[in-house]
Amino acid sequence: MSIKSIIFAVALLCASTPSHADDSLYQELGGQAGISQLMETFVLEIASDDRIIHHFEKTDIERLHRLLTEQVCVIAGGPCEYTGEDMVTVHTGMNITRAEFNALVEDLMTAMEQEEVPVTTQNRLLAALAEMHSEVVGL
Amino acid sequence: MRHNLLISSLLASAAFIAMPAEADQGRFIATGGATSIEGSAGGGIVPWATLSSYAEEGQWGATAAVTEVSVDDFRLSVLGVSLTYDNRFELSAAKQTFDLSTIGGELKQDVFGVKYRVAGDLIYGDLPQFSVGLQHKRNSTFALPSAVGAQSDSGTDYYVSAAKVWLDGPFHRTWLANITLRATKANQIGLLGFGGDQNNDYEIQPEVAVGMFINRNWAVGAEYRTKPDNLGFAEEHDWYDIFVAYFPTKSVSVVAAYADLDSIAGLADQTGWYLSLQATF
Repeated sequence: MSIKSIIFAVALLCASTPSHADDSLYQELGGQAGISQLMETFVLEIASDDRIIHHFEKTDIERLHRLLTEQVCVIAGGPCEYTGEDMVTVHTGMNITRAEFNALVEDLMTAMEQEEVPVTTQNRLLAALAEMHSEVVGL
Repeated sequence: MRHNLLISSLLASAAFIAMPAEADQGRFIATGGATSIEGSAGGGIVPWATLSSYAEEGQWGATAAVTEVSVDDFRLSVLGVSLTYDNRFELSAAKQTFDLSTIGGELKQDVFGVKYRVAGDLIYGDLPQFSVGLQHKRNSTFALPSAVGAQSDSGTDYYVSAAKVWLDGPFHRTWLANITLRATKANQIGLLGFGGDQNNDYEIQPEVAVGMFINRNWAVGAEYRTKPDNLGFAEEHDWYDIFVAYFPTKSVSVVAAYADLDSIAGLADQTGWYLSLQATF
């Protein structure tokens, strides 16, 4: 392969990368309405989960739902703004264990199943949320 | 087999009775893997870096499993149990019976395993999960292994494993890969004793596994295991399997596979099926 063709290939790769933010996950989740519905189901799952409910005893559920919806919207590449505090600040002092973090994720998995989110879409969202593990656990 | 079927149904009912305990299990479904033929958590023929059960930090978990492997001229039956604490330590024991269907007779071996998660995590962070382990194996029948040149009726395998899960892997499916390096003198995983007339030293044998989750409950994959060739009487070959695993709940799982064990003790083309049922507590 000549230098010229390598430069051409690189140029092609750059050109095919969209300049605007990728909102395909946002679309797959059903946009604003879909994410809001999913987060409602998710919050209901959390509320009935004895493993973690104690962390939410003083939580304003309406606010939690709004912030989760904003956050998932941002993560999915949607046109939203997250107005809550950063993850580390929110979770510091809560001593969330690894098992509790996993329990929360399992609740999201259950919610996504209930809302019939396709497995491929579930995996995209789960992978993005798994990145937050170190900003939530053991603080 | 009838004996194992009875144990299988007992296991299954015990697992369903134990189901309320599921709420305490702190890891995702399927992350405990299955029970390998040597008792350690893994796939079918390869021990993985994963620890058995769903015990997370500070939690206990246990498994019990029955496995049958049936190929043209042989049949392997395994009963295995394990105990895991803290997603860190795993103790296991397995009783293997190798029925020489064509030749006649049987070979028996007990395997005691220890595994320790050294670093990393299967799901989170950039590092894979690293574990080290050993499997101490004792033949309870040594006449045949000795006759074909085996040097010892017991031996210990040492291994290091690394495993990693990609939640959003190729095709937006969840994937798992595992590589294990085993130092061993075992002939046919130890069923034909340890060391031989051709070689009596430890050799490092790589073993790999790859799996893809179709959804949270179903996975497909393959494993490949290299083996030493210590005995002059018959050449020893690598093994592989192609599996389907089903995890309906955190309490029970089933693995079915096609197994290719190549030639064993001079009998060629040993292919057949593999079936394993595991209960988790």
